[in-house]
Order: sequence, then C-alpha cells, then structure tokens
Amino acid sequence: MNHDPLQWGRPSDEHYGTYNKSIASASPYPSMHTQQPIVTGTSVISMKYKDGVIIAADRLGSYGSLLRFSDVERLFPVGRNTVVGISGDISDMQHLENLLDEMQTENNYDNEYAEDEEALKPSYVFEYLANVMYNRRSKMNPLWNALIVAGLEDGKPFLKYVNLLGVTYSAPSLATGFGAHLALPLLRKIVDSESDVKKTSAEDAEKSIKEAMKVLFYRDARSSRNYSIAIVDSKKGLVLNKDAVVEDMVWGFAKDIKGYGTQNV
Amino acid sequence: MATTVASEYSNEVKNTPIEHQFNPYSDNGGTILGIAGEDFAVLAGDTRHTTDYSINSRYEPKVFDCGDNILISANGFAADGNALVKRFQNSLKWYHFDHNDKKLSMRSAARNIQHLLYGKRFFPYYVHTIIAGLDEEGKGAVYSFDPVGSYEREQCRAGGAAASLIMPFLDNQVNFKNQYEPDSHGTKRKHVKFLTVEEVVQLVRDAFSSATERHIHVGDGVEILIVTKEGVRKEFFELKRD
Amino acid sequence: MFRNNYDGDTVTFSPTGRLFQVEYALEAIKQGSVTVGVRSKKFAVLVALKRNADELSSYQKKIIKCDEHLGLSLAGLAPDGRVLSNFLRQQCNYSSLVYNRKLSLEKAGNLLSDKAQKNTQSYGGRPYGVGLLLAGYDNSGPHLLEFQPSGNTLELYGSAIGARSQGAKTYLERTLQDYLELDDADDLIRVAVEALRQCLKDEVLSTKNLSIAVVGQDKPFTILDDEAVSPYL
Repeated sequence: MNHDPLQWGRPSDEHYGTYNKSIASASPYPSMHTQQPIVTGTSVISMKYKDGVIIAADRLGSYGSLLRFSDVERLFPVGRNTVVGISGDISDMQHLENLLDEMQTENNYDNEYAEDEEALKPSYVFEYLANVMYNRRSKMNPLWNALIVAGLEDGKPFLKYVNLLGVTYSAPSLATGFGAHLALPLLRKIVDSESDVKKTSAEDAEKSIKEAMKVLFYRDARSSRNYSIAIVDSKKGLVLNKDAVVEDMVWGFAKDIKGYGTQNV
Repeated sequence: MATTVASEYSNEVKNTPIEHQFNPYSDNGGTILGIAGEDFAVLAGDTRHTTDYSINSRYEPKVFDCGDNILISANGFAADGNALVKRFQNSLKWYHFDHNDKKLSMRSAARNIQHLLYGKRFFPYYVHTIIAGLDEEGKGAVYSFDPVGSYEREQCRAGGAAASLIMPFLDNQVNFKNQYEPDSHGTKRKHVKFLTVEEVVQLVRDAFSSATERHIHVGDGVEILIVTKEGVRKEFFELKRD
Repeated sequence: MFRNNYDGDTVTFSPTGRLFQVEYALEAIKQGSVTVGVRSKKFAVLVALKRNADELSSYQKKIIKCDEHLGLSLAGLAPDGRVLSNFLRQQCNYSSLVYNRKLSLEKAGNLLSDKAQKNTQSYGGRPYGVGLLLAGYDNSGPHLLEFQPSGNTLELYGSAIGARSQGAKTYLERTLQDYLELDDADDLIRVAVEALRQCLKDEVLSTKNLSIAVVGQDKPFTILDDEAVSPYL
C-alpha cells in the first residue's frame, strides 16, 4: 500500500496506470480526520471564588517540542460574563473561536434584549460547545481540545469542562492537561468543595492561580512565562489581562547545578 | 516477502508505520445501584467523576429524576451516559405531547430505552443503564440494560466500576442468597421478604462505603433517589475522598 | 359580473399593491371561534371559546402547549395551527437541547414570521389560514404575541382574534390600566374571560366550551379545561 495520505484507498499507479480522479467524481483528496494535534497549547487552569471565577492559560503555541508561536491568545471572552479557555490543537481552537463569534453574531441579530435579559449566559455557551465536541467525536472526527467555560450566571460562579470526547464535568476548581496533575492539587487546597467557594476572596483566588501558573512554568516543559488571566467578577465584570508574567521565581540554585549545558568550570 | 531476522527488527519497526486511531471512548468510573422494595424503589450513584487516575470532580451527579416517577442512570463513559439520559428525557417530553400528558409506565420506559440503545448497536453507548420507579400496580421496579439494549426487570442491580463488588453483597442481603434458617443445617433457605425504605437506604450506604474502600474510582459522596407514590426524594451522604 | 384577476396565487400583486390570497387567509381567521390574550407585568393569559361541529361531536382544541414556558391559542384552520405549534415545539426543543436556553418569545415570533412569509412569496403554496396568540414567560418577563398568516407578528398587552373579536378588543383597550398591574393570576384570568364574553352572541360560556391557559413567573404554561375552568365562569 502507498502510505502517502493523498493516495490512500487508490489502486497503485504501478499496476493500473495513473489513477483517474474524475472516476466516480472522486474528490482529489481522500477524506481526512484529525488523528493527532499539531500545534498545541498547554494547560488551562481555573477556579471559583465567592464573587466569580478566575481562569488562566499561557500564550505558547508548541509544535511538538519546538516553541513555534510565542504569543497565542487562548482565553476568549463571549458576551459580557463568559470566558472560554482552550487547550490542545490550535487550529481546532481557532475553528471553535469562529463558532463562538458566530454564536455572538447570531445572538445580537433581531434580539431586543441582547444586552440584558437575553444576553448569552455561560451555560448557553457551554451547552453549545459540549454538543459540538460530542457530535464531532461521534463522527470520529474530533476537535482535539479540552476546554473550560468560566463565567457568572444569575450572580453565581459557573465553571465547566468539556474535551474532545464530549466528556463534561463541573467542580469548584478545574484544569486541563498537565494542569490537572500539577495545578489542581494546589487549587483544591483553597476550593475543594462547593462550600469552600463562599469562603474564598478574589485576592486569595488570584494568588493561588498565579502560584499554580508559576509551578506549571517551572515543571511543564511546553509552557511559557507569559500568560493571560481573566476574572469574571459580580462587581467588576469581565477583566482580561493579556500580559501577565510569571514572577518571583527562584533560580539561584541553577548556578550550582553541574554536569550538563555550557559550563566553564 | 522479507522475513524478520532479529537483527533487522529495529529496521522493521522503523519502516512499518504505526497506525493510530482515535479512541472515541473513555471510562469515567463511578458506580450505581438500584433496589426495588414493595411499594418503593431507590436508585443511587456515587458522585465521583474520574479519568484514569485523576479525580475530575467530587460532585457530578449521575442519577436523574425524569418526571413520571422514573429515575435513570447510565454509568460508564460519561459523555454517552449524558447523551442517553438527555435522549430519554426528550423522548418522554414528546410522549407527553403526543399522548396528552399520559404517564409513561416503567415497562414502556424500559422498552423505549432498549430502542435508544439498540439504535446504536454498531457504535454503542458505552454504559450500564438502570432505571427505577413503580410499576402499574404500584410495586417497586428496577430494570437494567447492557450497552446494546438487552434488558430485564430485577429486584436489584449494581452497575459500573464496583458492580462486581456490590452485586454479591446485594444477592445476599436483598434476595437472601446463601442464607439459611438457623438450626436447619443448611437445608431450609431463609424466606425472602421485602425490606423497608430505612433498611434499603442503610444497605445502599454500606454498599457504597465498602466499594469506596476497595475501588479507587468510587468515593466522595453517594446520592440516593427514592421513589414512592408520593414522589421522588433525594438523600446525600459523604463518602471518603481519598 | 366582476371577477378578480389577481387572487389566483400569492405571488402576484394586484395593480393596487395588494396580495389577495393573503387577505383571504386573514378572512379565514375571522371565521374561526374567538380567542383572547392578555398580559400583566407578571403573567400572560389565553382564553378561548371552543366549538363543536354538532351535538354528537367533541369540542375543537384551541390551546396548545409548546414548552414549559410557552404556548399558543389559535383561530382559523386548526390543521394549520397544529403544523405551526408542532414547528414551535421543535424550535423550543432545539433551543433547550443545544443551548440549554428557553426560546425567547421574540425569537419564536420571528421564526413563525419567517415561515409564514415564505408562503407569500413562493408559487404553488398557500398562506397559513390561521391566526395565533402566543403567550409565554422568558428571561425578559411575560409576553403576548399575535401572529398573522401575512407574516406579521406583533407584541401586545391584550389581543383578540376570531369571530366577533372586536368586542374583546374594545373591552381590553378600556381596561388596560386596571389589568396591567394585577398581581394575581386568577384576577387576570377573570379579565380575559370577561373580555371573551364581549364576543358571544348565542353561546353561553360553560365548562365545556371554555379553555384557559396561564403562564408567568414560577408558573409553567398550564392549560385549564372542563371542571378546572368552573371557578372562572
């Protein structure tokens, strides 16, 4: 078999001559489904606190182990009280971004109450995305992502996860990818159950998220120092900070590490 | 056709493309349990949601009250489970539209779910489904399904991750299997009788705390939904979170 | 004898700019039995007069529920009303399944308008022969909409369509300020029933021929028929 994807499922030219692509009005390309992510974004982390939610994601787009794009935005505000954080394949992420744009355009069309009572709510955005994800997996053509939808709905924090399989769940703190292993234990120290949410201030929540982003930058090889952080607060509304930087790192020990790298001593 | 020689093996591996295929399923752990009493039925499920060794959520309910005194839970691959429950609830909604709000009986609900499951026989919903409610005579009813729609009415059934841990316990405690009258030297079986709601709730709690001890995908909390002719009642109990 | 040359189809204008088929469709509504709708700041109510073809037959259903928050009453061709209510049920269902969202009354009205308008501009079809009153409670509160086969959908505080509906309209115009502020759903129903009475000629309202529906805050769309309407007679 010829393993060139463009020649899949065709008789070999060697034996049968050049394949005539007009036969059976065949498409010049075989149908292709996403088999693996190409350019990827790493973890998204998030947590609820008493007046809202915080969500963060770094700005790196990796091509395997190559630092390919260093300034990719992975947090998307939808309407006035929702932020969608996306990890995984970047081109699939951009497709989702288009769908979210369409959703907003649609909602603003012929809608007298688009700015108030009939504005998009996080649960609307989430339900739609969860359906998109599950339908695509059911066609065996998934969007290779894990997403977190964060926001405020009827004055209460909203946080929910969905991935390429269409699997969904909700918790007071959520993280995708590596973050689920490295950051979540730190976030759960603050909010492990729903009852902890009411006890957590915006300051404490923001501190934990920043600390978790630092740990991820230390320990996740495919992460970057620059990241975006968004807060949806019942009083301050939606604030998206696109140029957060991991600070207060301790690298003093590095000079004593010997045995690899460029060293003069 | 080249034969594989030991020394050529590494070369062979390099030249044979490994075909990866997207796997549309995952296992989200958790376990469920339904028991029918004389004039009531319960359906319980733990609230832990997992993938591999990660706990995704400590409270993600998976037992639902659909109205018409019907409880449902589809345990296994959570995305399929939710999709099935959503489809059943929708089917119920249109049954009401089309039949002037007639109550859906348990036997009809069960048959309907068989069709929902078998309709995807060649790309199955990867779930163990249990429904609980009252039958047309007001007696407790539990129906359980395999992933492609085979079903049966039973007195009790455990499903999901710890089904194999709980089911033998249920056989013994609900249907009195392997229990004999004292002094009969194993000749007279213990007579089966209906358990009270209180006894059943205690049984469910014991089943779940034991499953929590022995199974990593079970824990955090157990939500018990109880159907009686008065309607549906919910109870929640904490489980160990380790 | 006068013969109208411009009423053969819906796609041809008359020289005076009229679409006769659409106007005839509007006439079909007036042949139907009357239905009245009112809304206050908290509730929307529909009442309708049911008709039976003869003493041996049952009464024609006039009010149809589309979702927990939305329903409609009809005047005119009942089969057309069935088709349109089924369409709305599907749209409500789609909205809640895909977006976890109640279909807003404004959107419901627009969807009906678009569907009806298509019939006025395509050859071989006919306009719907039914008028609808939509009552619902969405994120922006209670609403009452009137739909016409021409594709018009208007929002109103009170409306009536069907035979001799003018009587109810006049009554509602006169009492608008009184019922708009009503806090109690039962009181609003009584206003609607009284308005409906203004449209009666030989009939007398009874548990057999009166149909009521109410929807509002913490009150899903509920239809009352038979004995359930007796408190309001």
